[in-house]
Amino acid sequence: MIRIDAVTKRYPDGTVAVDGLSLEIPDRAITVLVGPSGCGKTTTLRMINRMVEPSEGSILLDGQDIRQQPVNTLRRSMGYVIQNAGLFQHRTILDNIATVPRLLGWSKQKARARAAELMERVGLDTSLAKRYPYQLSGGQQQRVGVARALAADPPVLLMDEPFSAVDPVVRKGLQDELLRIQDELGKTIVFVTHDIDEAVKLGTMVAVLRTGGRLAQFAPPAELLSVPADPFVEDFLGADRGIRRLSFFPSTELELHTAPVVAIDAGTEKLASGGEAAPCLLVTDTDGKPLGWGAPDDLAAGAIDRDRLLPFGRPFVPGKDSLRTALDGAVLSPTGWAVAVDEEGRAVGVVSQQMIGEAIRAAHAEGRPDAKAAR
Amino acid sequence: MSGFFDIPSDLQHSYLGLIGLHLREALLPVLAGLLVSLPLAQLCVRFRWLYAPVLGLTIVLYAIPSLAFFVVLIDYTGQTETTVMIPLAVYSLVVLVPAIVDGVRSVPPETLAAATAMGFGPVRRYLQVQLPIAVPAIIAGLRVATVSSISLVSVGMLIGNQGALGNLLNDANIYHRPELAVTSVLTIAALAILADVALILVRLLLTPWMPRKGAVR
Repeated sequence: MIRIDAVTKRYPDGTVAVDGLSLEIPDRAITVLVGPSGCGKTTTLRMINRMVEPSEGSILLDGQDIRQQPVNTLRRSMGYVIQNAGLFQHRTILDNIATVPRLLGWSKQKARARAAELMERVGLDTSLAKRYPYQLSGGQQQRVGVARALAADPPVLLMDEPFSAVDPVVRKGLQDELLRIQDELGKTIVFVTHDIDEAVKLGTMVAVLRTGGRLAQFAPPAELLSVPADPFVEDFLGADRGIRRLSFFPSTELELHTAPVVAIDAGTEKLASGGEAAPCLLVTDTDGKPLGWGAPDDLAAGAIDRDRLLPFGRPFVPGKDSLRTALDGAVLSPTGWAVAVDEEGRAVGVVSQQMIGEAIRAAHAEGRPDAKAAR
Repeated sequence: MSGFFDIPSDLQHSYLGLIGLHLREALLPVLAGLLVSLPLAQLCVRFRWLYAPVLGLTIVLYAIPSLAFFVVLIDYTGQTETTVMIPLAVYSLVVLVPAIVDGVRSVPPETLAAATAMGFGPVRRYLQVQLPIAVPAIIAGLRVATVSSISLVSVGMLIGNQGALGNLLNDANIYHRPELAVTSVLTIAALAILADVALILVRLLLTPWMPRKGAVR
């Protein structure tokens, strides 16, 4: 465990970057430091590997003061990922990843074999091994950065806004990849970002810092969203924290209606009878995949015109997706009903906004949301 | 035609001998200048306040006419090649120091931070990260320094035929053989171009990591 104990960083000109910060960073989990610029989050991160020395206080790694070991030994035991990757432009991808093992004295062959293994782990094609950084896209470079940090299998990973310089689509991919890698490797990760959504998505614990380097709140993301400590945190979380908090409620409890789901080749009677529970019927193809909503009267008249069906919005997968996704689906759908599908995309039922609303109230009544719910 | 390469005996060298001498007198000073510039530039990068005075000093030194240098140096090193090469080495600093400083400073801050964070000590970081990335800038400086040095060697003619190919200019004058001046100027120009091309090739070999025109992404 990394324990930050009453740490203050004061620069010679009098600016205080970090002010009396104490944090206990849990093992094998992602702890996110988040806050506006000038809140000392990067300074805090850099104090953990001694790129910045605290003016007061101490940092303990597994109970031992980090100043007790040689600084380069400490740094080689902590992976470091930085914005824009910071790759060595004069080295191949493979040699970039092999850097720390080489510093630790591994043979070139062993270090490169390890590097190739890591390329696969972070989802990079090994055909890129002999390329140079300029030949890679921003997202690929960032993956190399993560692989390089993991190369010597350090127990701790420090990540300084690693994904903020890539476009939103690539960023989402990298975030998902990080969560997947973390599931496999279970590192102690300290992650710095200014993006509260990223913090909520990735963090097991989130530390919100305020300008001037003081801790505003340290809590799991779901708790942060439900009980912000003060107006600053509430403001920082943004206007739609209620909606975002739904990310932490699983959609398993939703009661799905199956009657309004009809296959396109079903008989006219079936088409006519389904309309009791819902104002519209969800028409599926013969595989059970949703096509769109149709009015019961139109459908009963016989001819189903695929082009006249109303769009069904974005379906959700019960159990996998959260109440937020379900609600989003219902809001998107012109009928006000969300479509539930299984992993293969076959419709398994429909649920109305009202029913989702009831599920939300029930979840609130039960108290704390399930922190492990799909994000 | 033979007159062009018929070198007067007072120079005590064949045409090829003069070329060899010329290259030695031109390139050794650049090499010496590089060896001085590297640590000097590193000091300027490390202590920022040092850069302005160091740069100013190299400019002042560059402004000293070579004749003045010779007058001072002849008392110590005589009418020798060394007397020609010392000013040339000093002149090369005005190009090489800023080239290396700019090159080393051009290393992106996140690359430096990443190197430090991975546990590179300062020396290793300089040799394995900063210097290799500065190679293109250093070679750009070397090209200018080399070409100018090749041209400047000629002035050594003034201190007793120590100007290699430049001596032919004097001989053209005293023996009334203008073709020797043509030989001198054209050969010096050719040497300068060849040296420049050689340095470009060296850069291409040392920097396979640089984006090339038409490279496949």
